[in-house]
Amino acid sequence: MATFKDFRNNVKPNWCPGCGDFSVQAAIQRAAANVGIEPHELAVISGIGCSGRISGYINSYGFHGIHGRALPIAQGLKMANRNLNVIASGGDGDGFAIGMGHTIHGLRRNLDLTYIIMDNQIYGLTKGQTSPRSAAGFVTKSTPGGAIEPDVKPLELALSTGATFVAQGFSTDIKELTAIIEAGIQHKGFSFINVFSPCVTYNKVNTYDWFKENLTKLSDIEGYDPTNREAAMNTVMQHDGLVTGIIYHDTETPCYQSKADRFDEQALVGQELMMGETKFNELVKEFM
Amino acid sequence: MLHQLSWKVGGQQGEGIESTGEIFSMAMNRLGYFLYGYRHFSSRIKGGHTNNKITVRATQVRAITDDLNILVAFDQETIDVNYKELSAQGIILADAKFKPKQPEDCEAPLFIVPFTEIATELGTSLMKNMVAIGATASLLDLDDSVFQSVVNEIFGRKGEVVVEKNMEAIAKGHEVMNELLGDRVGEWKLVEADGKRRMFMIGNDAVALGALTAGVRFMAAYPITPASEIMEYLIKKLPEFGGAVIQTEDEIAAATMAIGSNYGGVRAFTASAGPGLSLMMEAIGLSGMTEQPLVIVDTQRGGPSTGLPTKQEQSDLMAMIYGTHGEIPKVVIAPSTAEEAFYDTIQAFNIAEELQLPVILLTDLQLALGKQTVEPFDYSKVEIRRGKLVNEVEAPEVEKEYFKRYEDTTDGISPRVLPGIPHGIHHVTGVEHDQTGKPSETPTNREMQMNKRFRKLDALRFDMPIYTKSPHEEADVLLVGFNSTRGAIEEVQERLATEGIKANHAHIRLIFPFPTEEMQVQMAKAKKVIVVENNHTGQLANIIKMSAGGHGKIQTINKVDGTPFLPGELHNKVKEMLN
Repeated sequence: MATFKDFRNNVKPNWCPGCGDFSVQAAIQRAAANVGIEPHELAVISGIGCSGRISGYINSYGFHGIHGRALPIAQGLKMANRNLNVIASGGDGDGFAIGMGHTIHGLRRNLDLTYIIMDNQIYGLTKGQTSPRSAAGFVTKSTPGGAIEPDVKPLELALSTGATFVAQGFSTDIKELTAIIEAGIQHKGFSFINVFSPCVTYNKVNTYDWFKENLTKLSDIEGYDPTNREAAMNTVMQHDGLVTGIIYHDTETPCYQSKADRFDEQALVGQELMMGETKFNELVKEFM
Repeated sequence: MLHQLSWKVGGQQGEGIESTGEIFSMAMNRLGYFLYGYRHFSSRIKGGHTNNKITVRATQVRAITDDLNILVAFDQETIDVNYKELSAQGIILADAKFKPKQPEDCEAPLFIVPFTEIATELGTSLMKNMVAIGATASLLDLDDSVFQSVVNEIFGRKGEVVVEKNMEAIAKGHEVMNELLGDRVGEWKLVEADGKRRMFMIGNDAVALGALTAGVRFMAAYPITPASEIMEYLIKKLPEFGGAVIQTEDEIAAATMAIGSNYGGVRAFTASAGPGLSLMMEAIGLSGMTEQPLVIVDTQRGGPSTGLPTKQEQSDLMAMIYGTHGEIPKVVIAPSTAEEAFYDTIQAFNIAEELQLPVILLTDLQLALGKQTVEPFDYSKVEIRRGKLVNEVEAPEVEKEYFKRYEDTTDGISPRVLPGIPHGIHHVTGVEHDQTGKPSETPTNREMQMNKRFRKLDALRFDMPIYTKSPHEEADVLLVGFNSTRGAIEEVQERLATEGIKANHAHIRLIFPFPTEEMQVQMAKAKKVIVVENNHTGQLANIIKMSAGGHGKIQTINKVDGTPFLPGELHNKVKEMLN
C-alpha cells in the first residue's frame, strides 16, 4: 500500500519559504495515502497562480489547467473515469474571482470530487493585488486606498448553494487538514474545502499569528452537528467564517453520476466505442 | 405535372408552422422524394413572422428555390412578405379566419380556405395545420393515406381518437380544396418518386449521430441557436450508452469539461455558435498546448456579437483558423451536406485523437437547421482511430520518473497514456513544458516542443479535402464555396452548362490546413475563380489567396443579409461577373 512518501515527486516547489501551500501539499499526500489509494489512481487538477503549481508537486496524474477552470476540467475527467480520485485545487482568485461561476455550479452539480481552495486572501504570483477574499479596507497595490468591496464568504456561499460537504482548514494544522481532506475524498459528492494558506510575502494582515488568534476549531464547540445545515450556517456567521473543521456533511444526497439517467456504473473510459451495426441501423431508421 | 415543387407555410411563431412543414415534409420524404428545407424564424418564443420553405423533387436537391409554387398563409403578413416569390403558376392558400387580402400587384390566385373553422368544427383550432396539409394534398393530388404513418407517429401517444381526428382534418381540407379548385385539382401534381425510404434530417442531427457513432460518451454544452439540437439529440440518446450530457454554466466550462473528459480517455465534445466560440478560445489554446484531443462544433450564424442569431452567415472562418492567442496546430473541417457532416464528425474525432489537437467542425445555420434528404448512412464506412494511445506502461528505470507524454518523436505525435494507468504518471500543463510535461522555459526545449506540436499536422490524413465537380479541363469559371452554399452553386453550374458556359465547382471541405496543391490544380483549369460566401470580407477568398495564390484571378460574391444564396440570384451575379 502506498505511503505519503509515494505521493512525493522529485520536483522542488517554487513557492516562497514559509508559504502555506507546502502544508496543503503535504496534507493531500498524507490524506491520499491514508485513504489507501495508489499514486496512479489520483488526479490533481489545478488552476493558475502559486497554488496552481500544486498538481506538479504531487506524484500523481496532474493537470495544470487555465486560470479559474480547474473545476470544469476536473468534472470532465470525473465523468470520463469515475474510478479515479479527482482533486481540483486552486487559489482564491481561481475559485472566487475568475472561476466563481464554476465554483457555484460545481457545488450545485455535486460530482464526486474534492475541491481544495488554497485561500491566502491576496494575489501572490502577480505580486500583491487584492483578491475577492481580501477584507474591505485591505490595502494592496491595486487597492491603495483599501479594498472597497466586501470579501466573499466561502462557507456561507457553499452552504447556500447546495453543497453536500463543506469544510475549512488551516495549513498549519496539518493533522486536522489531513483528516478533512480524507473525509472529503471519501465523501460521495462534491467536497468543498477552503484552506487558509497564508502568503508570507504579500499578506501582512492575515498571518499565521493572526489566524492562530482568531480561528475556532469546530471540534472545540460542544455538540456541534455537521449534519444540520441551519446550525452550520449560524455557526459560520457567528464566527465570521473563522472556523476550522467539517462544517457541513450531507451523506444522503446522491452524487451527480448516481442521479444521471442510466449513467454507466463502470468508468466510461472502459467502453467499446463502436456501437455495432444493429444499433446503428436502429438510429438511422429513426430519421426515415 | 411539376418536376419540382416549392411549398411554403407561414404564420406567427408558436402557432405550429414548423410542425405543419414537418408533417408535410415527412410524408413526401416517405414517398421517395428528395427535400430541402429552409426555416425563417426570429429570436423569440412566440409571435413574429416565421415560415418554412420546402423544395421537393424526385432527384437530389440541396438548395432553396428562388420562386414558390404554393404559399400556405396563416396570417396576412405571410402573404405580404412572401407573395413576390410566387412563380407564374403560384397559388396562395389562406386561412379565412384572418380575412386575407390580395396585395394589389399580386397576380397569383388567392384561395381562401376556412382552415381554422374546419378545425374548430372537428374539435380544436389547433388542427388548422392539418386542414392546410389536406388542402395541399388536393393541389398535389395526393392520397390522404400518405400522411397516415406520419400522423400515427406524431399523435400516436395522444391516443387513437386524436390520430383519427387529425386524419379527418386532412380529409376535410382535401375535400374543401377540391371543391374550390374545381378542374384545377392535381395541377400541381409532382413527377412520381422512386418510393425509396431515405433519411430526412437537419445537419445538427447528422453531427449528433456522427458523434455518437464515433464513440462519444460525454458532451458538455450551453444552449445556443443554431447548435442546441446537437445536445438535445444526445441528451435523448447518450443514456442508452451509459453516457451523459452536462448542460454547463457557460461555454468556457463546456469546452474545458470536454478537455477534461478527453484527458480521461473518453471522446467528448461541445457544440456552439459564434458567441460561444468566442468564450472557448482559451480552451482551444489549452487543448493545443496540452495536446488533449478536443472537438468543437461551430454552427456559424450572423455575427459579430449577438449579430443575427437566427440567420445564415459564414463569417467565423478566420476566427476558427487563427482564434486563441499564440500559435497552436489545429484542424478546421467544413462539411457541406448532412451526409458529409455525419462522416466528417467521425473524422473530426479520429483526427483529434490521432494528432492530439483541437478540431473545429465548422457548419453554418442553413446546414445546421435546413432539413434535407440523405441516403442512409453506411456503417461499413465507419472507422475509429485513436492514434498513439498507450494502455500499458512498464515501470520506469528511475523511480518516480515521469512518463514522456510529450516525447519528441519523428512525426511529432507522442504516446498518450490515460490517468489511472500504472507507471503512466506525467504532468499536463498549459505552461511550456518538457517531454514529461514539467514546466520548462529553456530556449532549446521551447523550440523543440513548438516544432514537435506543429509537425503533427504533416501526419494529417483527410480524404477529399475539396469536393469537386470539375468536368472541364479549360473552364470559363471555377465556382468555389464551403458549407451550405453547395446546392446553390451546383444549380448554378447546371444552369451555366445549358447556356454553354463551362463552369467547374470546388467546395472546400478541409479549411485548415488548407489543401493548397489540390486548390492550385483546380484554379489552373479555369480562367476565372469566383468565391461565393456569406460574409462581408471574403474570408475564404483571402485564405485561398494566402495559401494557393491566384490573386489576379479570384473574385468574390458576398452576401450578408442573413439569408442563404438562392440559385437564381447567384446565377445572375455569376453571369454579371463573366460578362
